[in-house]
Amino acid sequence: MTERTKLIWIGLLFSACYFIPWSHPAIRRSGVEAFMMLQEYAREHVLTCLIPAFFIAGAIAVFVSQASVLKYFGAQARKILAYSVASVSGTVLAVCSCTVLPLFAGIYTRGAGIGPATAFLYSGPAINVLAITLTAKILGWQLGLARAIGAIVFAIITGLLMAVIFRKEDLARAQKQIYLPEDENKSRTLPQDAFFMLTLVLILVFAAFAEPAQDTSGLWTALFAAKWYIAGGLLIILAAMLKNWFTRDERHQWVDSSWGYMKQIFPLLGAGVLLAGFMLGRPGHPALIPEHYVQSWLGGNSIGANLFASVSGAFMYFATLTEVPILQGLIGAGMGKGPALALLLAGPALSLPNMLVIGGVMGIKKTVTFSCLIVLLSTLAGLIYGRLAV
Amino acid sequence: MEIKVLGPGCARCRQTADHVEAAVTEAGIDATIEKVTDAMEIAGYGVFGTPAVVIDGEVKCVGKIPSKEEVKTWLAI
Repeated sequence: MTERTKLIWIGLLFSACYFIPWSHPAIRRSGVEAFMMLQEYAREHVLTCLIPAFFIAGAIAVFVSQASVLKYFGAQARKILAYSVASVSGTVLAVCSCTVLPLFAGIYTRGAGIGPATAFLYSGPAINVLAITLTAKILGWQLGLARAIGAIVFAIITGLLMAVIFRKEDLARAQKQIYLPEDENKSRTLPQDAFFMLTLVLILVFAAFAEPAQDTSGLWTALFAAKWYIAGGLLIILAAMLKNWFTRDERHQWVDSSWGYMKQIFPLLGAGVLLAGFMLGRPGHPALIPEHYVQSWLGGNSIGANLFASVSGAFMYFATLTEVPILQGLIGAGMGKGPALALLLAGPALSLPNMLVIGGVMGIKKTVTFSCLIVLLSTLAGLIYGRLAV
Repeated sequence: MEIKVLGPGCARCRQTADHVEAAVTEAGIDATIEKVTDAMEIAGYGVFGTPAVVIDGEVKCVGKIPSKEEVKTWLAI
């Protein structure tokens, strides 16, 4: 950050302190709402959902071999494989948003080409493990699942369309050497790694297990009653695995990388929750933006509402995961389910700053085409989901 | 010696740059360290994954934070 940008930030902050009418009742209510929402996150979501998810993300970053995934993005890779891997590899590769753009540029210029590169760019932010868990936990598993499926399916469609539209230019790419992250020799077998990941995921599932409705069958109620015992048992198994299968170094790396994600994401998410609470409030509690505005622009499942959601999502910048509290606020204020999915699909994949970077990589024409495709497909996904979810 | 640290400026890349700087200082080598943040320029080196370290045009590591000791072994040629 240069000194001048610091000055601008301080100036903006000062003007906000100076000019916002803090004593106005609406502002006071919104301010309280912001902290009520932050507390709701702290109490309901951080310990049982986010913390386990951070450890899973850390484990993925350290223990899953990136090279085994990335080799499918090389120039010689089979096309079908490249597309399929691109659409799902966000789960493994995109946890850190800073890897996405360089990797995209790499795949585009040196690797499998524009199709797989744009497929990866579209699905990455939506299907990383943190985004899926938080979406499913806070906005409901239906929307979480729809987001994951929508991102994968539409990533492939976007990629294929881009490859077809620009097929001539795609042939002229340089075929030079590429460098993949090296595969470190490991002491564990693949089943051991898989079992380790499975245990982590199960701990997350049981820790975040929601209380079932009154009339559901006995199995879910019994599982809910026993959830802390099951999670505790799993933790003991996890400890045993960590002691026997992992070296001291690996355990350190794992904790380090989980801690790295926490440092990176918690402040952003906290700020996002405060902002969403201030503007939109918790469900059933209005804040600064009156609910009838949200309902008239984003309510229902009309083409207009879906289109508006995807266009605004495409331009707006969401810091990692902050799309979730913002959507929670919007849905609470009357946003329809279709537009919610449209925003989830178009939002994190694109933003104005991000378009500028993509534009620098593949040119204005392709970036505009890519953005339009995303807006159209997200609108379509929203319409379909809105129809199904009623 | 010319050292380049490739990465868009995230926490992991900064940590890598710190390790490289510390290693250069400790080894007492005359080297220039440059941070490359432009996505196209990074892709130009053919690296799939950041952070990456390039020394005198040769890619030394990709997609991980190298330890200070590791960087020193690359400097000691």
